[in-house]
Amino acid sequence: MSEIAERLKSIIRPENQVYKKSSVLNDVTMHYCPGCSHGVVHKLIADVIEELGIQDQTIGVSPVGCAVFAYNYIDIDWSEAAHGRAPAVATGIKRIMPEKTVFTYQGDGDLAAIGTAETMHAVNRGENIVMIFINNAIYGMTGGQMAPTTLLGQVTSTTPYGRNVDLNGYPLKITELIAQLPGAAYVTRQSVHTAGAVRKARKAIKKAFELSQKNIGTCFVEVVSTCNSGWKMTPVESNDWMVKQMFPLFPLGDLKDGGKEATEPFQMKG
Amino acid sequence: MAKVIGAVVVDAEVCKGCNLCVVSCPTQTLGLNRDVNSKGYHYSYMENPESCIGCSNCSSVCPDSCITVYRLKVE
Amino acid sequence: MGELRLMKGNEVIAEAAIRCGCDGYFGYPITPQSEVMESLMAQRPWETTGMVVLQAESEIASIHMVYGAAGCGKRVMTSSSSPGISLMAEGISYIAGSELPCVIVNVQRGGPGLGTIQPSQADYNQATKGGGHGDYSLLVLAPSSVQEMNDFVGLGFELAFKYRNPVMILADGVIGQMMEKVELMDQQPRWSDQQLKEITGSWATSGKSKDRNKHVITSLEMDSHIMEENNLRLQAKYQRMKEEDVRYELIDCEDAEYVLVAFGCAARICQKTVQLARAKGYKVGLLRPITLFPFPERVIAEMAPKIKGFLTVEFNAGQMVNDVKLAANGQTKVEYFGRMGGILPSPDEVEKALHQKLIGG
Repeated sequence: MSEIAERLKSIIRPENQVYKKSSVLNDVTMHYCPGCSHGVVHKLIADVIEELGIQDQTIGVSPVGCAVFAYNYIDIDWSEAAHGRAPAVATGIKRIMPEKTVFTYQGDGDLAAIGTAETMHAVNRGENIVMIFINNAIYGMTGGQMAPTTLLGQVTSTTPYGRNVDLNGYPLKITELIAQLPGAAYVTRQSVHTAGAVRKARKAIKKAFELSQKNIGTCFVEVVSTCNSGWKMTPVESNDWMVKQMFPLFPLGDLKDGGKEATEPFQMKG
Repeated sequence: MAKVIGAVVVDAEVCKGCNLCVVSCPTQTLGLNRDVNSKGYHYSYMENPESCIGCSNCSSVCPDSCITVYRLKVE
Repeated sequence: MGELRLMKGNEVIAEAAIRCGCDGYFGYPITPQSEVMESLMAQRPWETTGMVVLQAESEIASIHMVYGAAGCGKRVMTSSSSPGISLMAEGISYIAGSELPCVIVNVQRGGPGLGTIQPSQADYNQATKGGGHGDYSLLVLAPSSVQEMNDFVGLGFELAFKYRNPVMILADGVIGQMMEKVELMDQQPRWSDQQLKEITGSWATSGKSKDRNKHVITSLEMDSHIMEENNLRLQAKYQRMKEEDVRYELIDCEDAEYVLVAFGCAARICQKTVQLARAKGYKVGLLRPITLFPFPERVIAEMAPKIKGFLTVEFNAGQMVNDVKLAANGQTKVEYFGRMGGILPSPDEVEKALHQKLIGG
C-alpha cells in the first residue's frame, strides 16, 4: 500500500469525522443546477433542525419556483403553497397548531412580487414563523426573467437590453421594508458564497428558528444568492458577480433584532 | 507541536462538479477530476491529498452535501 | 330538542361553526356575508372551544390560510361572497388538487364584476363546474332556510372529511340576511389529539415523528402517468359522491305533470307557486336539489318521461337549466325562468311564467 493510501486510511475513520451531511437531509440528489445556492441553504436548514432537535415539530412551506421541491430533500412535514401564498399558508398552520415551528422558504418572485401582500401582512401581524428569502435577482425556474430584485442594467430574458427604470421601475429592497414593520422580530441579510458566509448564515438561521419558538414575532432571513443558469455564468463567476453587483444594493448584516415592537405607541389615547 | 491533517470523501455520483469547493479550499487540495460520473460531471476529488487540513470549507459551501470531512491531530 | 333562536342566516353559520367543533375560520369582509366573521369575533370562541378566528388581508390570503390549516387535518372554514370567491378560485383549486377537507360558504350576490350586493344565484356554474383551473369538483350544498344554514355546516364538515374534498355551502343574500327560527345543535367538542390521529393521522402535516414518513401536502406531480392517476382518483371520488351523496327534496311531485326545479331562496318562492297552481287545478310539483354537485340527475331522468315538462327557476341567466336538460336527455320539455340583478320574482310571476313557457294559454 502506498504511503498516501496508508495516511488516508488512518484519517478516514468515524472518530475523526468533522463534517457529515445532516440526517434531516434525505439521500436524494437535488434537482438544482450545479452550484445553486438553494442546496447550501437547504443544508443549513436541515442542520439547524437537527441541532435543535425539532424534526418532529417543524412544518415547512415550500414556494413555487425551483425550490418547490424542497419537500423532497428536507425530511420533515411540508405544505406546498401556491405562488406567493406561503406566508398565508404558514399563518394557517401556525395559528391552528401554535406549538409547532413553521417556516416558509421563498424566492424573490414568490415573496417580493406575486406574494408581496401575503409577505407584508404576515410580518405585520407578527406571525410567529420563520421566513427564509432566497434573493437571486431573477426568476430561475421559468427561465431567467426579470424579478422584483433584478438590478438596473441587469440582462434577463424579459429585460434583454438590461433593466430600465422607466420601463421596469426600481429593484425592490423588500427586506428593508420588512424591517420597518412592528411585527418583525429579527430581520437579517446573509449569503452563502464562502465558508465564512455560510457559518454566519447558519448562525442566523439557527437564531431565527430559536426566536420563533419564543413567539416574539416574525423572523426573516434573506439569503443573497446566485442563479448561475439564469445569469448565464459559471458558479464561481456567479459568486464574484454577486459580491460585486448585488452586495452594494443588498448589503449583508442584521436589519432588526430584538422582538416585535411594544404596543403603546400604536394604542388609541384615552 | 501538534499538526492537523485531514481528508475528504466526495460522493462522486452526487457531485455536480460546480467547482465551488475547489475555489474555497485554502490548501489547493481539491480539483475536478478528468473522469466524469454517470451524469457526465467532472466530480471533485483530492488532487493533493497530503495538503488537506480538514477545515471543512469545502463541505460548507457544497450545495449538494456530497463531501464528508475527517480531521486528525498528530504529534 | 335543541335550543331555539331567531337568527340571521349569516349569524347561524358562525354559531353552527362554533357548536360543531370547528377548529378555525379565516375570512375577509364582503357584503352580504360579513356577519359571519363579525359574529365569530363577538363570540370569541378561542376563549371557549379554542377555535381560531382570523381576519386575513384578502380572500386570497384567507383561502390559503384554510389550505395550510386544513393540511394539518383540522376542521377549518371560510366564507365570502361572489367576487371574493373568484379571488379564492386559485386556493380552492389547490385544496381540491391536494385533496384537503374544508368548508367554504358563498353567500352569493349579483355579478358579473362588482355587480350588486343584492341576492343572486349567478355563481351556480362557478360552484358546480369547479370554478378554478383543472378538472375538479366541489361538493355543493344549497340551503334554502336559516335552519339549513345551521345544519349544512356540520354536514359540510362530515362530507368534506368523508371525501377529503372541499365542500361549498352555496347560499345567497336572501338566506344570509333573513331571520328565521332555528334549532341549534348542542355544543360538540373539537376533535381531540387522539381523534385527530385516528381520522387524519395518515396524511396531515402534524410534525414528522420518528415512526412515520414525512407528509407532504401538494397538488404538484411532474410525472404525467402519476398525474393522470391522480386525476382518475379525483374523478372516481366525484363518481362516488354521485352514488352516495345526492340530496334533494320533492314537494307534490307524485302526480305532477309539471315540475319546477329550483334551489335556495328560489325554491321557497316556487313552493308558494305550487300551492297557487294546485289551487287552480294544475298538477304542479317542485324538485329542490339540495346538493348541486352531485346533481340529482337520476330523479330527473326518471321523472322526465312521465311529465309534460320541467321549469327551472333560478336567479341568473339560466345555468342549472343546462344540467336539467342533460339529465332529462330530451325526454320532456325543459324551460327556464329567472330574474337577475337582485330581483326576486313573486310566486304569481313564476306561475305566469309556468303558463307561458309550459302549460300554455
